[in-house]
Amino acid sequence: MSATTVTAAPPRRLLTEERVATGLVGLLCLLLLLAIALPLWALLSKSFLDDQGRFVGLANYARYFATPVLVQSLLNSLFVATLATTIVIPLAFLYAYALTRSRMPAKGLFYALALLPIFAPSLLPALSLVYIFGNQGFLKDLLFGASIYGPIGIVMAQVFYCLPHATMILVAALGLADGRLYEAAKSLGTTRWRMFRTVTLPGAQYGLVSAAVVVFTLVITDFGIAKVIGGQFNVLATDAYKQVVGQQNFAMGAVVGMVLLVPAVLAFFVDRLLRRRQVALLSARAVPYAPQPERRRDLLLLGYCILVGGLVAAVLGVAVWASFIRYWPYNLSFTLANYAFAEFDPDGWQPYLNSLWVAGLTAAIGTPLVFVGAYLLEKTRAVPLGRALAQLLAMLPMAVPGMVLGLGYVFFFNAPWNPLGILYGTVAILALNCLAHFYTVAHITAVTALKQIDGEFEAVSASLQVPFWVTLRRVTVPICLPAILDIAVYLFVNALTTVSAVIFLYGPGTKLASIAIVHMDEAGAIAAAAAMATCIVATAIGVKLLHLLLDAVLFGRAQRWRAR
Amino acid sequence: MTTAFRFEPPAGEMPAAAGRTAAPAFLRVRSLTRRFGSFTALDRIDLEVARGEFVCFLGPSGCGKTTLLRTIAGLDRQDEGSIEIGGRDVSTAPPADRDFGIVFQSYALFPNLTVTDNVGYGLVNRRMPRAAIAARVAELLRLVGLPDQGRKFPVQLSGGQQQRVALARALATSPGLLLLDEPLSALDARVRLHLREEIRALQRRLGVTTIMVTHDQEEALAMADRIVVMNHGVIEQIGTPEEIYRRPASAFVADFVGTMTFFEATAAGPGQVRVGTRGLRVDAGATGFPADGTPLRLGLRPEEVRIRGVTTGDDNAFEALVEDLEFLGPFCRARLSARDAPGFELLADFSANLMRDLDIACGAVLRIALPPGSLRVFPRRDDRGGNGAPA
Amino acid sequence: MRRWLLAAGAALALAFGSGTADAQTRTRVTIYTALENEQLAPFKQAIEAAVPGVEVVWVRDSTGVITARILAERENPRADMIMGLAASSLLLFEGMNLLEPYTPAGAEALKPAFRDTTPPVTWTGMDAFLGVICYNTVEGRRANTTAPTSWRDLTRPEFRGRLVMPHPASSGTGYLMVAMWLQMMGEEQGWRFMDALHENMAVYTHSGSAPCVQAARGERVAGISLDMRGARERTQGAPIEVIIPAEGTGWDMEAVSIVRGTRNLDAARRIADWAATRGANELYSRFYAVVAFPGVTNTPPNYPANAEERMFRNDFTWMAQNRERILAEWSRRYESKAAPRN
Ligand SMILES: Nc1ncnc2c1ncn2[C@@H]1O[C@H](COP(=O)(O)OP(=O)(O)O)[C@@H](O)[C@H]1O
Ligand SMILES: [Mg+2]
Repeated sequence: MSATTVTAAPPRRLLTEERVATGLVGLLCLLLLLAIALPLWALLSKSFLDDQGRFVGLANYARYFATPVLVQSLLNSLFVATLATTIVIPLAFLYAYALTRSRMPAKGLFYALALLPIFAPSLLPALSLVYIFGNQGFLKDLLFGASIYGPIGIVMAQVFYCLPHATMILVAALGLADGRLYEAAKSLGTTRWRMFRTVTLPGAQYGLVSAAVVVFTLVITDFGIAKVIGGQFNVLATDAYKQVVGQQNFAMGAVVGMVLLVPAVLAFFVDRLLRRRQVALLSARAVPYAPQPERRRDLLLLGYCILVGGLVAAVLGVAVWASFIRYWPYNLSFTLANYAFAEFDPDGWQPYLNSLWVAGLTAAIGTPLVFVGAYLLEKTRAVPLGRALAQLLAMLPMAVPGMVLGLGYVFFFNAPWNPLGILYGTVAILALNCLAHFYTVAHITAVTALKQIDGEFEAVSASLQVPFWVTLRRVTVPICLPAILDIAVYLFVNALTTVSAVIFLYGPGTKLASIAIVHMDEAGAIAAAAAMATCIVATAIGVKLLHLLLDAVLFGRAQRWRAR
Repeated sequence: MTTAFRFEPPAGEMPAAAGRTAAPAFLRVRSLTRRFGSFTALDRIDLEVARGEFVCFLGPSGCGKTTLLRTIAGLDRQDEGSIEIGGRDVSTAPPADRDFGIVFQSYALFPNLTVTDNVGYGLVNRRMPRAAIAARVAELLRLVGLPDQGRKFPVQLSGGQQQRVALARALATSPGLLLLDEPLSALDARVRLHLREEIRALQRRLGVTTIMVTHDQEEALAMADRIVVMNHGVIEQIGTPEEIYRRPASAFVADFVGTMTFFEATAAGPGQVRVGTRGLRVDAGATGFPADGTPLRLGLRPEEVRIRGVTTGDDNAFEALVEDLEFLGPFCRARLSARDAPGFELLADFSANLMRDLDIACGAVLRIALPPGSLRVFPRRDDRGGNGAPA
Repeated sequence: MRRWLLAAGAALALAFGSGTADAQTRTRVTIYTALENEQLAPFKQAIEAAVPGVEVVWVRDSTGVITARILAERENPRADMIMGLAASSLLLFEGMNLLEPYTPAGAEALKPAFRDTTPPVTWTGMDAFLGVICYNTVEGRRANTTAPTSWRDLTRPEFRGRLVMPHPASSGTGYLMVAMWLQMMGEEQGWRFMDALHENMAVYTHSGSAPCVQAARGERVAGISLDMRGARERTQGAPIEVIIPAEGTGWDMEAVSIVRGTRNLDAARRIADWAATRGANELYSRFYAVVAFPGVTNTPPNYPANAEERMFRNDFTWMAQNRERILAEWSRRYESKAAPRN
């Protein structure tokens, strides 16, 4: 390594790492601006314009708050969201408690049961409830004359729909318990109830608040359930739909969208605040809590899980079962006729294929985009300002309800001056919208995975004069493959089941399965709607099973370098 | 790009054992400043490293060692100042153009690649023939003592083995500069000692200019040709291990490298200081002694306390009580307090031999002397250095 | 990395390309329509057979939605044609100069009521649809009611919470019923009647056929709905009676128009020509009892026999001119009471 062996400065390359990184970060910023920031800006500005596009200040807002029917929807939304949250959280807490703090059998199965609703569009539980508690429902009498169409139905369906989200958060929160605290409490002879109050609850409090915030936002912003089972009970999301689709009153639609944004944004910040505190709460020395077997408690919790998990499966099952019934309630014979979608919707099976196509495209383009994007933000040092902007934009969709993003897309991509208007109504814009809508969670998944790998890989590569994209391909991607798969499946399943954002965006020939469900339900073809929902659920679950299989391979013999 | 590999440095290229070499510096850092917001992590650092030299950056955690290393590598960008490597100004060059190899505390081995692929990682990108790569990798693995581990994955190796692989990988491209950021601190004590010698031997053999960051003074003293002691983003002292130990430039260096007892003192005439009520003689030094009444700090290494053959007439002799004894293997560290000046406490190291010969035990009274040549005089600064002198 | 970009680019190209793969060979004509779902496939087939080189792309929604959408897009129209939309809506567009004047070849052969007689000629009638009551006899017996024979019967207390009708803002059937009651009873009496009706109404649906489907499934006792849907549900075996009250019922005409500014004017004209042919009307008559071409009839099974004579004489111009005002008043009266009902 004398002077003679030290090589001269490498020749000037055109594609220096810095330039490539700068270019890619710029591209990412541009894309995120187009897909997220500008549509939201379009929505915001629209809410200050009148029909003719003249600036009217807060006039639209004034009109909104002067219209009793609209204000009533706001109150209705808050009411059902509060009620649903109050019901879901204890339900999910006990369920998560059983999964993390007992020694009951088949925990994996029960966890899977609680997660089932994730694979269904939110419309599905509403359809099932019509069959169960509708005016011809087989358990109608349980409602003692009350109607399922309205707040009761909305809240029941929301409980089903939100259960997995709350359960996941609470399982994570309760799973983090520090076993030493329990040992200390036990050695002091603390009673069980006191231990629960002084150790378990405080340990899970951030998880509880976080779950409550998530559920509240989900309910406020969900469109499908209120659409199917809301009856005359208007909520914000159905208002936005009525204003925009039903009456093409874009200005008022924009105002409703902005109103819808408020609780979601608030929830987002509350959640972030809590998460930050929670990190500090966890000491690195914590010893994982391992529950001791205890027959009575385990049996009781098992019974509870059978009940709740069974109900979840039953609600899903009813929709599947109903899709095979000829003419409810007068002819219960088995039929496949409800799957002949052409009888109920002009596009027949096309919406299902469109959905596969959009979901596939969202996953196929979104996964590399999200991952490379997260990589650029996390591991490169180029254009700090650009990376900060991209980071902000990547976190933004979390606070934006699908309905609101969809409205923004209508205003932005349908504007006469926008050359991107050619995308309007195409599969591409539907995929772009899905990607934007679900960007944050995918991004966080990628960032978390990237943070877990050694931060010096890029430094080492640079010292070896290997450009970062080679290391990305040879090292980072293989290491992060499980997370990448997670992202792909997440994007696919959500693009498949979402309805709220895309309902404004489909065009001739690009209707999606979830929208077809709305339309068939609107036309009264509820059995066909259930059939389409069944198709979506079956596909989503199929994809998830495939994912589990692939994961098993990844962590199996094929990759023995992965020490789990 | 042609790369010739040579392990034996040409004759006459061996570094001077100590001191600033007369040869032109291989690495030259000028007035380097790095700020994080309002916090200055590096404050106008000037440094020269000769070709083939082994230099340690030593200092407490958070003092800016890593930042300096990363800035030299180009992994971090300085706010001001310049960096020259091999006579070329690389102040704005990207890391890939700076010709260095780097090893981190975390090893940063690619877990999905075999040892062979890890070591060959930088070679594959250079369009070298496959056979040449294989030969080079085998050579390197032999060099670091892992000749038949090539097919294994990093998880299958011990920590020490992983660090050797990381070293081989860093050396694979024959870089002009080897940067090591706390390469040993994740290893357990035995492996650390062993690897430290190996690294030093390897560096000598290859003659590669090396900078190692460490917060372990013992490591620095054992390995370095020269040590750069840093604190709060500035260089406190640069010197050979011996210089650093014997003639620390500041109370901070004295305290950080080795152990020292400090006394708050005031100047009391040339070669005279006052500690509490006691007057002590110190070396006046060549330059003028501080004016009377100047607050000073006196430092004394525990092993410098004299005990054999002390007579009353000796400089700085007095009787001391053994308050406490700490057994440290080959020697004992005693806490002594002066009999006639309560509160005047100091540490002294006594070899096992001495302990036996003089029958030293807790509660014994000894006659000791503090040789004026061993008492180091530092200006008293309130913000740093010293473990707090006995009042 | 580069390979990824290529793959992504290819996928994107596919995404854009897929919709336009065969567009080069055929003219895509986007037609906004409120025709019933099951009619669209045969209509498309018939048009593409009759007008070579044309590909029909439907945008289907209920009458109110399509109407609102065309109004909203008036700066930047995305439809080439409108087909199967209520004449009252088309009259509204004509007044706003959104339609391309065109008289299809052979239009003079159609029944006079189905022709635009005031220049400019912008629409041509296809068929008529009327509002009926679908009454579920099984559920009626269970609820101790008898079949209604007049509109006022629907305000009887036994029907409380057991009725359903389409929302007039979104459904053409809904609007024609409201317009009919106001014309028939006079505005004051009409609103008072609807006040009473509102007390019994469980829900106002988005579509005009949903109320009959709901009544057929027994979800409601009676639904005010589209005539043809009633006949069809009954034929499929639903226990319903399809009733037209003695006072007569509201109706509207569905018609075809060309949107001003279409880039496919020629193809649109040829489709409009087809729409006025006997063959086209025979197709309409598979779904509608009353069509524009004289002599073409095909009353479906279970269609109320007295339908044509009970069609209330309708003033389309009045319907068009007062649409906005009536809908606003309706919304003020019945939408602000958002309390849930069963
Ligand atoms: N990226 C950074 N942002 C802000 N502060 C930093 C950053 N990197 C290092 N620092 C701060 O600079 C100081 C020096 O850090 P470092 O060089 O890592 O110290 P060490 O001497 O332990 O290697 C520390 O106080 C550290 O907190
Ligand atoms: Mg460091």
